[in-house]
Amino acid sequence: MELINQHTKTIMEGCKERARDAGLSFTDESLEYIVTNRDLLELGPKVMIPTLYDYWVHDVEVLHAKGTYELYPHNPYETVINTRPPISFYNDNNPDWLNVMIFYHVLGHIDVFQNNLYFRNTWDYDFTGQALSDKRVIARLRSEKGRWVDYVIEFSRAIDNLVDFHGELAELFVSQEAGCSARLNYYFDVFLQSVKKVSISEYVREINRYNESMRNFGPLAEKTFFADAERRYPELESHFLREKQTQPSRRDLLRYLLEKSEFLNRDENQWMKTILEIIRKTSLFFQPQIRTKIVNEGWASYWHEKLFLQDDRIKGHEVDFARIHAGVTSLPRVGTNPYALGMRLFTYIEQQADKGRLSFDFQRVKDSNTRKRFDTKNVGGQEAIFGVRENLGDALFIKNYLDQDFLDLHKLFVVGKRLDRRRMVWQYYVKSRKAEDYRKMLMDTLYHPPVITVDPDKGDGDLYLVHTFEGKQLVQEYIASTMMGIEYLWGRPVHLETSVAQVDVVPETGNEGVPDGAVVWQRVLFTMEGKTLTQKVL
Amino acid sequence: MKNLPDEKIDPVQSNANLVLSGSEARLRKEHDTVGMEHGVPPEEHEESLFSSFNRSPYAFHDLFMLRQAVAPHASVIVQMKTLDELLERDRRREKDGFPRKIQVGRLVKAKRGAKGQVVVVVPSTEEEKFYHDAVIRPPDEGRNAGGTGDEEEGEVLGEQQARDDEGQPGGGPGQGGEESHDMESSAYELGKTLTEQFQLPNLKEKGKRRSLTRYTHDLTDRNRGSGQILDKKATLRRILGTNRALGNMPDDQPVDPTRFLIAPSDKVYRTLSMEKDWEPQAVVFFVRDYSGSMAGKVTDLVVTQHVLIYSWLIYQYAGQVESRFILHDTQAKEVPDFNTYYNSRVAGGTQVSSAYQLVNEIVAEAGLARDYNIYVFHGTDGDDWDTHGEFALPELEKMLGYVSRMGITIAEHSDMTGGTDVAHYLEKSGLLKSKPHLIRMDAMEESADEGRVIEGIRKLIS
Repeated sequence: MELINQHTKTIMEGCKERARDAGLSFTDESLEYIVTNRDLLELGPKVMIPTLYDYWVHDVEVLHAKGTYELYPHNPYETVINTRPPISFYNDNNPDWLNVMIFYHVLGHIDVFQNNLYFRNTWDYDFTGQALSDKRVIARLRSEKGRWVDYVIEFSRAIDNLVDFHGELAELFVSQEAGCSARLNYYFDVFLQSVKKVSISEYVREINRYNESMRNFGPLAEKTFFADAERRYPELESHFLREKQTQPSRRDLLRYLLEKSEFLNRDENQWMKTILEIIRKTSLFFQPQIRTKIVNEGWASYWHEKLFLQDDRIKGHEVDFARIHAGVTSLPRVGTNPYALGMRLFTYIEQQADKGRLSFDFQRVKDSNTRKRFDTKNVGGQEAIFGVRENLGDALFIKNYLDQDFLDLHKLFVVGKRLDRRRMVWQYYVKSRKAEDYRKMLMDTLYHPPVITVDPDKGDGDLYLVHTFEGKQLVQEYIASTMMGIEYLWGRPVHLETSVAQVDVVPETGNEGVPDGAVVWQRVLFTMEGKTLTQKVL
Repeated sequence: MKNLPDEKIDPVQSNANLVLSGSEARLRKEHDTVGMEHGVPPEEHEESLFSSFNRSPYAFHDLFMLRQAVAPHASVIVQMKTLDELLERDRRREKDGFPRKIQVGRLVKAKRGAKGQVVVVVPSTEEEKFYHDAVIRPPDEGRNAGGTGDEEEGEVLGEQQARDDEGQPGGGPGQGGEESHDMESSAYELGKTLTEQFQLPNLKEKGKRRSLTRYTHDLTDRNRGSGQILDKKATLRRILGTNRALGNMPDDQPVDPTRFLIAPSDKVYRTLSMEKDWEPQAVVFFVRDYSGSMAGKVTDLVVTQHVLIYSWLIYQYAGQVESRFILHDTQAKEVPDFNTYYNSRVAGGTQVSSAYQLVNEIVAEAGLARDYNIYVFHGTDGDDWDTHGEFALPELEKMLGYVSRMGITIAEHSDMTGGTDVAHYLEKSGLLKSKPHLIRMDAMEESADEGRVIEGIRKLIS
């Protein structure tokens, strides 16, 4: 890997200036590397982070079951990585005009990385540096503990999609002055209600007392209030401290294990916690990227188109550009292209905002003619899309803005696939042109790990996991291995409460179409004990 | 572990098979497709209108989209080393009490035009996590995708042959090729791997055929008094003989070796000499049922196993293996290379005897029985229109007259209870019991994993 040459770097700097003028914002420095195919081979499995820790699975092809790609929404060949400074990768034989286009695209990504709030948890450190030190730690551990390091990596990676990304993010956004202190929250939310089980009148009296001391003592209010409260409940402080220590997020299995597993907290196993922590951090780092694929690619495509066409340096290459650009952002006849969809949606939002249509006034208009002519000459389009780029991930981007007008404008529809059994052909047909269905189809393809929480009250020392049922079962073949890993890390048996489908196949009723079958859901409890999985119906 | 009563459902298959239950459906399928062309599927995944139907938005990358780059490919040599390492790691896993994770055979792909000598071995693994299963969903809600165009709701955009999706043995995971870094290795390497890592037994030689053309030099001749290397064992034996004759080894007293006399002529040396090389030679017949009922998983199992056996034999015979590939439905035909053998599409009915007959004819015509070790491996789902084996058994008995080993693999459909036609008539004939050194049968379920496939090989060849 070597840096791009000075000539190309100058072009990049020119792109930065123009992008800044257009309103994008990003750090001054960036690193651009030339990569060969060989480099790519090594970088691919490491998600393009050159310093990611070594792990043998990176040398092996990971099986993607046919047609179930959605299980593994990771992107092995990202062009830009979200580091400080951001690093992007190029091959060395691109003509200048193409580089200009790619640079704009890259700057679009960097802009999202550094301004979209989903990435908030990645802003305060440089991941390549972090990863490098992690890699060294793992290498050192491996020299001491041998292959057991890899087992621990394997078992932690098996649950690295069960990190509470949103919870983690929420903590970053609760500003100090806005809320109440943790002690106050604990006192009113937990202590009075669950520990003391006070009556409602008592509870209200406490609230009044707090409000009163707020009025009387100003900045010292809380202190005075608790001085009083502690006189009544001397155990309050110790309860609060214990609670603070023992309340790991129940949706964050990795963190729960880190804090509560007796096995991991034994002296001789402390080293494993380092690995768990590394895997967890790494997973959290990639979470925002997976959740902003359409926003990210859409935004970058929107800007590379806009800025390229305004760029005076590349006159004469409009046709070349058009060809590549169309290849990237044309709407496929069948399929979902995040570049095409995201770019169009941003353009659409901008236009709608410019006409004042992102408003309640517009929503109330039902008459299609009036809707068509509705225009307040608002000119708030740019502001609107910058707002979207700052605040939304894929799910909300689609949910908030992809409406029927957009669908009709771009002639989008949901494609279904059915078997014509008489002729033994698959038919692809227009299943629906409703925005609602289209949104649902898109939502179904988005990354969505199962919600699995720890129930500390059940299990009696064993780990009791509860899978929140969302209409899908877990991939059955993977349950055993995953739970075996958790059992190892927990050091005791593990239970998993989940739902399992029983597919009743009824002989076909009609002549064509899909056979009728009913899916009956059953709540079952898997138990992993001594590396053996058993199952019982609840 | 208790298994759930659900199969991992391939949407294509499930739709096609749900209509009628089990064997009836298969039988009908065979009848329906009699006379259809088997044809080899097109080598490359054609870029069709619908190929992006299943493509997730996450499968789009800047690298391919913006720069139109091609996914990088790993070279053979770089990765061959890692295969050994990986398998070593896998063996240790087992010792440490964790299940194996590397799969070798599952992704074996035959390569076109390589005369059957090259297989592509892709060591692969799965990273198990709790994932939502996208396959199970209400049946009226198939998988959907986005699209764009002017058609009305309900209008058909296009059609695709359903049969293309079925029974494509080579088209397992990794077919997309986009991210696969295949590892090429000769069948020999795979065979070596199998022998060493999976502890497959070595072959018992039936006989060797003398080669007139090749010589090796070896320290085989012995010479007393002088030579290149002292043969200590033989020398000691001579010394003992001499001294016994001299009376230096009395029967009733302890022997004192210091009193031994050592004559110069007692020293036995080995000398270098030219030897004619002995080469074992083998012909392997791979016979595969490609009738209509073989669609899907069963074919996959059979061909996977045959690739593994093939590789193992190539290693065992140090490349001195001639292989013949025979496909049969109601008629049998020989195909020229492994690729065709591996990839031919299924159709038509089943007549096992036709294949056995063809093997017998080939052997008789070429006079193979005299000079070669002959192996026949037959893979089938156990269906045979000749239910009682009236035609198959006589051919089989003829075959047992010359083969070193005949191995029959039956990949049973999951709804097959109580055994299959082929299994029935083989059991009944008593051949399995009376000639266990010549004929073996292994029946496995279609859901068998790689470990089971290799176990099956062990059963067939041990």
